[in-house]
This record gives sequence, C-alpha cells and structure tokens, in this order.
Amino acid sequence: MNEFLLMGGYGVYVWSSFLFCALVGGYQWLKPLVEYRRQRALLRRQWREEALR
Amino acid sequence: MNPILKWLYQWAIPRVLFARIEAGLPWLSALAAVTLLLGLGLSFFYAPADYQQGEAFRIMYVHVPAAWLSMAVYVAMAGLALSVLVWRVEVAQYALISSAPIGAAFTLMALVTGAIWGQPMWGTWWVWDARLTSELILLFIYLGIYALYEAIEDKRQAAKAASLMTLVGLVNIPIIHYSVIWWNTLHQPPSLSKLDTPSIHIDMLIPLLVMLVAFKLLYVVWLFLRVRLALLLAYAHSAWLGEALARKGEEK
Repeated sequence: MNEFLLMGGYGVYVWSSFLFCALVGGYQWLKPLVEYRRQRALLRRQWREEALR
Repeated sequence: MNPILKWLYQWAIPRVLFARIEAGLPWLSALAAVTLLLGLGLSFFYAPADYQQGEAFRIMYVHVPAAWLSMAVYVAMAGLALSVLVWRVEVAQYALISSAPIGAAFTLMALVTGAIWGQPMWGTWWVWDARLTSELILLFIYLGIYALYEAIEDKRQAAKAASLMTLVGLVNIPIIHYSVIWWNTLHQPPSLSKLDTPSIHIDMLIPLLVMLVAFKLLYVVWLFLRVRLALLLAYAHSAWLGEALARKGEEK
C-alpha cells in the first residue's frame, strides 16, 4: 500500500490538498444544484397558486 | 444553413440552451464523476512515488489541472465577453458570470495546493514569485468581475461592464503562462507543454492527463448547473420555461 495512505511520506500534505479540492469542488457542485431545486419548487408553487386564483 | 452551424447558433436561444442543459447534465455529471474517480485511482495507486519528492508529488494531480483550468476558464470567459459586447448574445452573459466563481474556485485550488506542496518541498508556504503573484492577481480579477456584475442593478449594463473588465484582465493570462520563462522564479518551468519531449515519465503523465480531462468535464458540469439556475431566474415568467418544467414534472 502506498505510504501516503497511512499519512507517511508527506501523506498529511497529500491528503490536505485533495481534501481541500474536494470541499471547494463539492461546494461548486452542490450549491447551484440545491439553489436550482429550491427556486424551481418556489416557482411551481407560485404557478399553482396563480392557477387556483 | 449548414446543419452544424445551425446547431451551434441554437445554443444562443435560451429555450434551446435550457433544454440541452436539462438533457445533457445527468450524462455529463456521470461522465465527470467516473473520469474523476479513474483519475484519482490512477493518481493514488498507479503513479509511482517520485524519487526526490516522495509521495508529496501526488499533489501535482490536483494542482496542475486546477492551475490549467484557472487560465482556460478565463480564456473561455474572454470569448463569452466578446459574444456579449460584439454579437450581443444575451445568454453569453449568464455563461460569463457563471464562469467567474468557477474560475475563482480553480485558482484558489491551485494556490492552496501549491502552498501545501511548497511547505515540504521549498520550505515555505508562499513566496512573492512571478508565477504565484500573477496567479493571485488572477483570483482577484475573478472576484472583481463577479463583484462588479453583482454591484450594478441594471443587468444589461452589468454584463457590459463585466465583459469589458474580463477583456482587460486577459492581459494577465500570458503573464502567468510565461512568468516562469521571462523571470527567474522559484516555480519550475513548464514540463508538459512540450509534449514531444515531456520532462515527466509516462506512468506519471497518464494519471495527470486523465485528471486534466476530469477537471475540464467538471468545469462544463458546474457551468451548466449555474447557467441553468441563471436561466430559471431570468426567464421565470416565460411561457417556454413553464412548459419545459411542466414536461419535466410529467416525466417524473
């Protein structure tokens, strides 16, 4: 097994880098996805209310 | 009209753009995730440790693609800025302003992973070296473009201002790229742009190329997600959007 997986041989630096990218990338992926679903739900509710009126 | 040109022009129609994003996003997301997992697997288990840097060199597998994308996204934004200013393509402004936070994210990844690599290899987190400083300026330019767009209430004017700023900031891209050649820097010179004689072993190069493809796919996926949201907000009261969402609701 590679040494860095067990935090040896600069493993802490390798893991910190990949983890930081995962956090930033995860935010880039999830933020617009969650916001889109929220806005779409709001819009659909608004249209339903308008149709009932 | 040539069918390929027609297909390309249709991307500028909000209704068509929205439909294509909705159709393509699940496939592109899956492809990006699979490529990323493959790239990570190769980076962790296939590439051998470097004889001088040991395991720390693996940071390169996120640092280099992030740094490349930080510049590539900006070049794409310059093309979109031209589309806004010269050809008045309305949807280009959504792609332009959606690209700014993504470009900033790639730049931040490149700067932070570079600093984490620099500590064990150079003995310092940061130096005011030409490559590092010009990359930091790129981050400020991305944030500036986004802030400028958000600060102006009339979004037509905001798009024009952000496009102009994007084109002015383009001067920084060759400075970043050639900084390691023009000036005496601590950052190493390019090792991949000369693909005929790369200064990297093939076993280390393959994972890097896979990660580069994965990062490019990630850019497209993140851009599509943001543009779709921007279209939803901008065309909330359009009949075509109502129909598209109703169709989507029926499919489910």
